[in-house]
Amino acid sequence: MTTYDLEFARKDHFALFGLPRRQALDVEQLERLYRNIQARVHPDRHAHLPEANRRLAMQWATLINEAYRTLKDPLARARYLLKLEGIDAGLENNTAMPMDFLTRQMEWREAVEEARASEDADSLDDMHRRLRQEMSVQYAYLAEALDERHDLQRASGLVRQLMFHEKLLQEIDAALEAVEA
Amino acid sequence: MALLQIAEPGESTAPHQHRLAVGIDLGTTNSLVATVRSGMAVVLGDEFGRPLLPSVVHYGADGHIEVGFAAQACQAIDPKNTIVSVKRFMGRGLKDIAHREALPYDFIEGEGMLRLRTAQGIKSPVEISADILRALRQRGEAALGDPLTGAVITVPAYFDDAQRQATKDAARLAGINVLRLLNEPTAAAIAYGLDNAAEGLYAVYDLGGGTFDISILRLSRGIFQVLATGGDSALGGDDFDHRIFCWIIEQAKLRPVSAEDGRLLLTRAREAKEYLTAHAEAPISVRLGSGEYVDLTLTSAIFGDISRTLVQKTIAATRKALREAQLKPEDIKGVVMVGGATRMPQIQRAVAEFFGQEPLNNLDPDKVVALGAATQANLLAGNRISGDEWLLLDVIPLSLGLETMGGLVEKIIPRNATIPVARAQDFTTFKDGQTAMAIHVVQGERELVSDCRSLGRLELRGIPPMVAGAARIRVTFQVDADGLLSVSAREQTTGIEARIEVKPSYGLSDDEIAAMLKDGMSHAADDAFRRALREAQVEAQRLVEATRSALREDAALLSTLEQAHIDLCIARLEAVVIGDDRRAIEEAMDALTKATNEFAARRMNQSVQRALAGKSIAELEA
Repeated sequence: MTTYDLEFARKDHFALFGLPRRQALDVEQLERLYRNIQARVHPDRHAHLPEANRRLAMQWATLINEAYRTLKDPLARARYLLKLEGIDAGLENNTAMPMDFLTRQMEWREAVEEARASEDADSLDDMHRRLRQEMSVQYAYLAEALDERHDLQRASGLVRQLMFHEKLLQEIDAALEAVEA
Repeated sequence: MALLQIAEPGESTAPHQHRLAVGIDLGTTNSLVATVRSGMAVVLGDEFGRPLLPSVVHYGADGHIEVGFAAQACQAIDPKNTIVSVKRFMGRGLKDIAHREALPYDFIEGEGMLRLRTAQGIKSPVEISADILRALRQRGEAALGDPLTGAVITVPAYFDDAQRQATKDAARLAGINVLRLLNEPTAAAIAYGLDNAAEGLYAVYDLGGGTFDISILRLSRGIFQVLATGGDSALGGDDFDHRIFCWIIEQAKLRPVSAEDGRLLLTRAREAKEYLTAHAEAPISVRLGSGEYVDLTLTSAIFGDISRTLVQKTIAATRKALREAQLKPEDIKGVVMVGGATRMPQIQRAVAEFFGQEPLNNLDPDKVVALGAATQANLLAGNRISGDEWLLLDVIPLSLGLETMGGLVEKIIPRNATIPVARAQDFTTFKDGQTAMAIHVVQGERELVSDCRSLGRLELRGIPPMVAGAARIRVTFQVDADGLLSVSAREQTTGIEARIEVKPSYGLSDDEIAAMLKDGMSHAADDAFRRALREAQVEAQRLVEATRSALREDAALLSTLEQAHIDLCIARLEAVVIGDDRRAIEEAMDALTKATNEFAARRMNQSVQRALAGKSIAELEA
């Protein structure tokens, strides 16, 4: 039997929560597990105990927070799955993106800048919605590539595109914030 | 081997030992101390039953220190030595303080933090806050009749690392064992949530005397999870007073006023603000020391006009926090109002309009933070009532990062990350043969270092000479459950390890605090000795109790030999704990702690495994 300890838990966030290594994930189940474990390991639960217990509690709670954060977010989760397979999808020197994708990125960015300059919150809201829709389709493809086809090449391509889109989404939100301020 | 005692099922095994813990709301304008008595959180009043302690300290030329109402009475006659709203100076340099010219103090720029020159010498904001905390500690001990086990001290959620560190230093200086620094809106959420058995998404809008916080929380089955927090650590009721103050100066066409007159006008401004809570207009008439006479009427409409931008600032921060949590105003089930400044009608209206619902005002906005802190303190001290299990998951308010080439910030831990949190990132050398690296730690959301707050610098030395870009320096940021940061760095490729922990440069060093503590106790050495011994004894008894309780639950995790060793250490500690040799007690405690380290780790592993197993049962039922 594997010893279930900090070392073991550090190696694999999925194993830490007793979950299968899959992109498709029941987020509610993850939330429940996270709360169950945190309710036992959190430093507040051990504050009245000796220093050694408090240190352990902090290490565990830190690890659980990190694992939860990684698995909860679909992009971080996919990158983590690829990392477990030995692939770093975020490496800069590997950013050969399809030309049409890059062109579309440029168009998006110009539209955001324009809406920001003309303080057009409605069209920024609309862009936010459309981009989210597009991303949810990409995430579905990503889960298929990782879980069903085990096509890591395609998965890393999708992850890179989604990294662009997450960044773009942040820019839209920042523009909205600036317009509303 | 000693036999373990086993109690009757359902019967408490140890004699009831209630640990004395308090919650302290260290506010800009007023401070409070509260505790849990017979399961109820109550605010502890002074000898006249007054719950609030004005956060005012007077340093008299005669060597007396007055705190609270007595100090407040000195404000008009000795403004320079009467420090109000010291919280605004915590962890701040001179350039951070807005409207400095309107304040009657003699400021000095100090290392990392400003200082004030008073009749009793130069004081740091940490020392002044410690004087307030000491008064609260004494109030707590007088009411409870024994030294405190510890205290939970609240800070604005939007306080940065420098301000949090300063607050913790002040508590230590006041001789308080800090169980936890707790964010004010979270404390309020605990008090509100437990009282009303609330479930769902809530916002806490907390406008205090000098700070504004907005926190978005999810309350679900005993877990208070902060989703996002935002605010402004230099925006509060004081700023509304200042707007009225400026309006008076302008309307009455006053020339620059003296410190005494300035203080007088600020007091009148505050009174007018409070009067407008229940009235449509407030008369302001006052004769100044200069002989000038002011006679004005401030209407709600004018007050609304001159304070509009302040109100808008809070709404903008609220909108941002909601977006961070990926929520809309209509998702929020209730808005809890905290802080005396939320009594202003224009605040109530703006919040109601933004959220599309009337805010919740059924808790005393002055007391709710202290009550929540007391509840948390009670739990942390280990006074647990079964069935009353709840947990708080909080976040850091501002991103943490470090300076890279060109004065840019590389973020390591993003804002709103749930604490405790650790994150590591690798960096490399810039020049061939580089043997040292300077790491500049900053906090804030902006891209340029110059726009963020500098928290401290650390140097990693002893990197073996290599070509540029070959070294791998791993920098690790760890934020603990108090929201406090520690940074360490180490070179990875060579196996040679250079490692340092950073202690932020803005705060007081451990030595400085120790020296100050000693100063304060020198005239009461006997007292201090007895207190330290008493504390060691209490601590030792707690350790024995905790170990016994762990053995009762999980002795199966130990071999017979391991258990015998632990039993022996307990026996040794018990033999010395009744004596008055503090060193012997501390040594025996160390030995017992060492003996139980591995046991503690195994128990924690088992506990996590059980949490996972618990899930499969729940799923079978579902």
